[in-house]
Amino acid sequence: MSNTIKITIDGVAVETTRGKTIFEAARENGIFIPTLCNVDNVKPKGSCRICSVYISGRLMTACTTQVEDGMEIENDTAKLNDMRKAIVELLFVEGNHFCPGCERSGSCELQALGYRFLMMVPRFSFLFQTRDIEATNPKLMKDNNRCIMCKRCIRGIKDEDGKSFFAFARRGHKVVINLDRKQAAKLTDDLARQAMEICPVGALILKGKGFDVPIGRRKYDTKPIGSDVEAKGGNC
Amino acid sequence: MRKITIEPVTRVEGHGKVTIMQDDKGNITQTRLHIVEFRGFERFIQGRPYWEAAVVVQRLCGICPVSHHLAAAKAMDVVVGAGAGDGLTPTGEKMRRLMHYGQIFQSHVLHFFHLASPDLLFGIDADPAIRNVLGLAVTPEFTDIAVQAVMMRKYGQEIIKATAGKKIHGTGAIPGGINKHLTQEEKEQFLNGPDPMNIDKMIEWAHAGLDLLKGFHKANRAIIDDFAFHESSHLSLVRKDGALDLYHGVLRAVDTNGNRILDDVDYQDYLTYIDEEVRSWSYMKFPYLRSIGKKDGWYRVGPLARMNTCDFIDSPLAQKEFELFRAYTGGKVNNHTMHQHWARLIEILHSAEEMKRLLNDPDLYSGELTTSGARQSEGVGLIEAPRGTLFHHYRVGEDDLIEMANLIVSTTNNNEPMNVAVNKVAVAQMTGQREITEPMMNAVEVAIRAYDPCLSCATHALGRMPLEVTIVDQDNNVIDRKLR
Ligand code: SF4
Ligand code: FES
Repeated sequence: MSNTIKITIDGVAVETTRGKTIFEAARENGIFIPTLCNVDNVKPKGSCRICSVYISGRLMTACTTQVEDGMEIENDTAKLNDMRKAIVELLFVEGNHFCPGCERSGSCELQALGYRFLMMVPRFSFLFQTRDIEATNPKLMKDNNRCIMCKRCIRGIKDEDGKSFFAFARRGHKVVINLDRKQAAKLTDDLARQAMEICPVGALILKGKGFDVPIGRRKYDTKPIGSDVEAKGGNC
Repeated sequence: MRKITIEPVTRVEGHGKVTIMQDDKGNITQTRLHIVEFRGFERFIQGRPYWEAAVVVQRLCGICPVSHHLAAAKAMDVVVGAGAGDGLTPTGEKMRRLMHYGQIFQSHVLHFFHLASPDLLFGIDADPAIRNVLGLAVTPEFTDIAVQAVMMRKYGQEIIKATAGKKIHGTGAIPGGINKHLTQEEKEQFLNGPDPMNIDKMIEWAHAGLDLLKGFHKANRAIIDDFAFHESSHLSLVRKDGALDLYHGVLRAVDTNGNRILDDVDYQDYLTYIDEEVRSWSYMKFPYLRSIGKKDGWYRVGPLARMNTCDFIDSPLAQKEFELFRAYTGGKVNNHTMHQHWARLIEILHSAEEMKRLLNDPDLYSGELTTSGARQSEGVGLIEAPRGTLFHHYRVGEDDLIEMANLIVSTTNNNEPMNVAVNKVAVAQMTGQREITEPMMNAVEVAIRAYDPCLSCATHALGRMPLEVTIVDQDNNVIDRKLR
């Protein structure tokens, strides 16, 4: 059986290989599917749902679903994009995201998706939850106002034994993700930097070095989210 | 007894309200200027990491955010052990200076050309529909001035963008330095850009602005010399050697006779010398010099104050104008409130000269951006903002979060002087007058606006301050109310 298979995304036929996720297949063909909880080199979890696509009328997450020969995928449709926009909007009203004072502004995936989906006015009411900042660690600060619970840090930042540096604390709607107290002592400078980088928003911030990337050189200043994928174009 | 209220309803910069009390004989018994603004930011920033302060706190103003950006960054320089003001790398300090002089330039231009010059050129009792920058643009003899105003402001804003990353609310200054260099293309653009967007044109126009004011002054001595004249002390930063320096220096204050009542003071110790009084009727505090006391210890800040405190200006064209300015009062302290405008124009010229000097400095284009040393728990940052001395003071915990913030903004420093100026005008214009005319209300506004308080910009840009005038008798019965 050949590994090369054919699928369609929004009616466009593309080739890909078995074993890939829909997200990966789309990306290698120059088609952008937004993601938030998904990050390269970390096993996908499918928790944020922003990558949802329709397959034969069923909503599936593109980051976890593997391609199959002949699959017909709906991606860039008004309906899906409005649902994705709603997810972004809900994340904005749930947390306290004050972009003007956040050093990830300009390189924040959530903000970039807000721009991509033309989020202009609040559709949902703000929750204005009181959230705290965990700043006792000398290397890394955790700002719960900005955390979107994507768990990328939990899944991606681990020690040699595979034990995570981040863990859930508290329960129910009060649940937060914190730097594990026992693990914290082992956090190297390099791991702290990786943690800041893996976080899609400004919830994990390296201490003492804020705003050192000037406006104009931030990740999305000149290349809006998705534009790098789309610039590659299809290879079909 | 009647109470007259002039209330400008403004937007972002807070709002002010003037009440003037008259007794039955028509004597002014009391005047008060109420301003509601600012204090919230001292609370918002608590619990935030220290490196956010320079980015967050500047949001309290849309006209001179750079001043807050830099004052906060200067305070945080101290916190990261980079020292106060002069401890930065040459690149760090010079980029910030360029940002600041670009800001002074654009803000002063906005104030003088857009907001104040229509009052002078058309007269303060002219029809508000024409007494604004658009009025200048459509009046053939003033069209050039309106165009210059727009282009000069743009030049200053482009400088800000090149140094801070954005024209408004940038991120350039970070604790211990700056986050970027200037590029050679930018240098070429600013120094030799196509007419009129180059520094020599800016210097030429700054001069023309001064000539405009001096010509007006010659023809209208009474307005410029007598209007809202009052004696006071004056305070500002000056460079160690006494030169005008808007970015960094030591605190100096002179009293109305020119005696130095504060000199060579390291502003890290400002609390030893300055206190703030709370008065029940105003949200804005009243700062005063401790050594003199609450009653007489108040002072003015801003361009006029700076001309009174400094010994010289370290740029040749502005120095010449400074000499003329000082000669006008025979070297004595200048208390002519409307000379704020004259002083402001001298600073516009100085800023243009400074920008030119800095743009030619190689340190802007290469060199270390930041520095740091032993971490401190507290830092004070002062800067001469367009409107006067601005104080930022922060205490930072071991966890790097801000525990305490205290800001004394320029407008707060000028709180008492503005109250005094309003009183002078009210007494002069309204004593014995039962009818509150438009020109009289304008006169009160002009007196306030000479100090360029934050509220003026938001209210005057389109020539007409939204007003509610209420006259009440001593039992608070409304006799008359006018809205416009
Ligand atoms: S800290 Fe960042 S990476 Fe971790 S869960 Fe929150 S948003 Fe995701
Ligand atoms: S990116 Fe697929 S569910 Fe979050």
